[in-house]
Amino acid sequence: MLQQLEGSRAIAQGIALCKPEVVCAYPITPQTHIVEALAEMVRTGELANCEFINVESEFAALSVAIGASAAGARSYTATASQGLLYMCEAVYNAAGLGLPIVMTIGNRAIGAPINIWNDHSDSMAMRDAGWIQLYAETNQEALDLHIQAFKLAEALSCPVMVCVDGFILTHAYERIEIPEAHDVDAFLPPYDPVQVLDCNDPVSIGAMVGPEAFAEVKYLQHRKQLAALELIPEIASEFSARFKRDSGGLVKPYRLEGAETIVVALGSMNGTIKDVIDEMRNEGHAIGSLAIVSFRPFPLQAVRAALVDAKRIVILEKSLSVGLGGPLSDGVRKSLSGTGLHGHTVIAGLGGRAITRKSLKALFVKAEMDELELLDFLDLDRDIVNVQLEREKETRRSGPVAENVLKSIGTVASRIA
Amino acid sequence: MPLQPIKFYQTGTFTVGNRLLDESQRTVQANMRRTNSLNSGHRACQGCGEALGARYALDAAMQATKNRLIAANATGCLEVFSTPYPETSWQIPWMHSLFGNAASVATGIAAALKVKGKQDVRVIAQGGDGGTTDIGFACLSGMFERNDDVLYICYDNEAYMNTGVQRSSATPPAARTATTPAAGAHPGNSFGTGKNVPLIAMAHRIPFVATASVANLHDLEAKVNKAMTIHGARYIHIHVPCPLGWGSHPSDTLKVARLAVESGLFPLFEAEHGEITASLRLRKKAPVEAYLKLQRRFSHLFGEKPDRDTIAMIQAIADRNIEKFGLESP
Repeated sequence: MLQQLEGSRAIAQGIALCKPEVVCAYPITPQTHIVEALAEMVRTGELANCEFINVESEFAALSVAIGASAAGARSYTATASQGLLYMCEAVYNAAGLGLPIVMTIGNRAIGAPINIWNDHSDSMAMRDAGWIQLYAETNQEALDLHIQAFKLAEALSCPVMVCVDGFILTHAYERIEIPEAHDVDAFLPPYDPVQVLDCNDPVSIGAMVGPEAFAEVKYLQHRKQLAALELIPEIASEFSARFKRDSGGLVKPYRLEGAETIVVALGSMNGTIKDVIDEMRNEGHAIGSLAIVSFRPFPLQAVRAALVDAKRIVILEKSLSVGLGGPLSDGVRKSLSGTGLHGHTVIAGLGGRAITRKSLKALFVKAEMDELELLDFLDLDRDIVNVQLEREKETRRSGPVAENVLKSIGTVASRIA
Repeated sequence: MPLQPIKFYQTGTFTVGNRLLDESQRTVQANMRRTNSLNSGHRACQGCGEALGARYALDAAMQATKNRLIAANATGCLEVFSTPYPETSWQIPWMHSLFGNAASVATGIAAALKVKGKQDVRVIAQGGDGGTTDIGFACLSGMFERNDDVLYICYDNEAYMNTGVQRSSATPPAARTATTPAAGAHPGNSFGTGKNVPLIAMAHRIPFVATASVANLHDLEAKVNKAMTIHGARYIHIHVPCPLGWGSHPSDTLKVARLAVESGLFPLFEAEHGEITASLRLRKKAPVEAYLKLQRRFSHLFGEKPDRDTIAMIQAIADRNIEKFGLESP
């Protein structure tokens, strides 16, 4: 049924259709609306046969999900930013134990400085934890990816993170097609665990493993991700056949025919990128884009196949690997090895900085003129940076950086555009 | 406390021998059909109090639940010595996730059992004092305040033994650990520090809280048994000597545990909904010195020039416990 819904509400409805048996919740902006909606659905009985548990931290939220999943229940939680970092130890643990938990990340920056707005620093910090990571471009896709995520997680016995841009998606109202319950039931069979805590067949889960077998256990985790490279497109096409729309997959190419410049990005900014590409195509520019849906496993072959005929690659990233560049670029560059293409990393949209069509167009034109650095920053105010660098040069006790920068800017609200 | 129709003092041990009791009153541990939930062959040290405590507690819980039991375990000695891959000593469904989350994992298991309609299966979470009073404390408190249907058992050996005897918030004053060395003007752990988790558990007004000791098997089993008759959050704190960490002789584990109780340093009591309902009276009071002297972690208090002031401060703690928990014989 087509509805006008807030992204979080749509995601919650998608989750409910998947009939999770245990949902654990701890509030953190911007994912909170999702678990609020689920709490309501459990109370009203719209989501039946589900234990909704209000926990005392994100670490506990995922730990409860770990216990519930190991005891055979379909388990779900959601978090963001500091919350994801606070549960980091459990994030690795859930993957190491092979528990098919699904977790929504309402992508948000990490402090300090504390910041509630969107970028990808949080999920990127967990990129090597052993979870599958899928990034949604729209709220429709966010909803659809959750339904696919449970199927994928349970098929592989591997946890899946669905990454949804905070505010830009979670708080945006859009037209969304809510799937029919019978279709979801047919698409997603009940959870049949590969390991379960059962009094009739006792097992020990979580044993100490030494050097004699640790590498093998970790390699088997890697094999699951390799298997996901096959399974993700299969599940996406099965989804498309049943629900009559395309969502998910490994990558999503856009206007790549004859493209000399290809822009690679994750998540919602692909919408803006496509608008700019349409505009530039109309003006005769040979430009296209590649949205990466599956960041873990990273689809090296699919990315290479999509990019290999281009002249230049621009990788737009909402996350800064401080001291190196961007985590998405690491994967893209690896996929390009031997092609002579190296890719330009452009860090954009940190801490919710708006990525505008105007800035993107200027950036892509600069790229076409081969004037981009290997690592560039979109809309970085060098003057403000230089004021602080000068201050540090002049005074030993120059004070806290963030506060100094805010003082240099003056009124903040007027600068968010 | 369990009702004992007879009072029998056996020479030296002060415990009632099973053979003197009616079959129905004997311990689970004395029964040939005990489940050996934590089976032999594990890697615990000689004289390990924690291995004893876990074995006693889980076999009792198994009997109480008709073998319908799942355990979640914190990282620590118990977890490491019981599951050296690919072997396991656990005869029950058992799960280890992390150091600080056993209470939450148990909450998740209990929630799954509820939603699956398997409410006859009961859940125990267990950890050492580090995993309970320090790193797992937030999860423990969360499980308590939600009144989740979990029995949490803390095996308290008063320091981080698995990592090589470092101080925890359960380490007693003056005790030497690797991080509270017996050096300087005030050797060992500082006075006025640490926390009493049984009392904190009571402050959550959960249905059942108890302390127990491996030196009193009847009492320990009775408390576990009682805990399994109750639904909601329950907490049992078991005092388990660690020969390696305490510097006591492995053959003295029960003796040391008994002296902790008899001195008043480890009072045995139980509480319901935040109120103490029973405490074990001391039939024979022991001076703290008798307890301290058996352990090298307190050896800096003795020797040629005993530290009388510090010993007196420890005696004062024991005396306060005896008064507060009503341990004096009537």
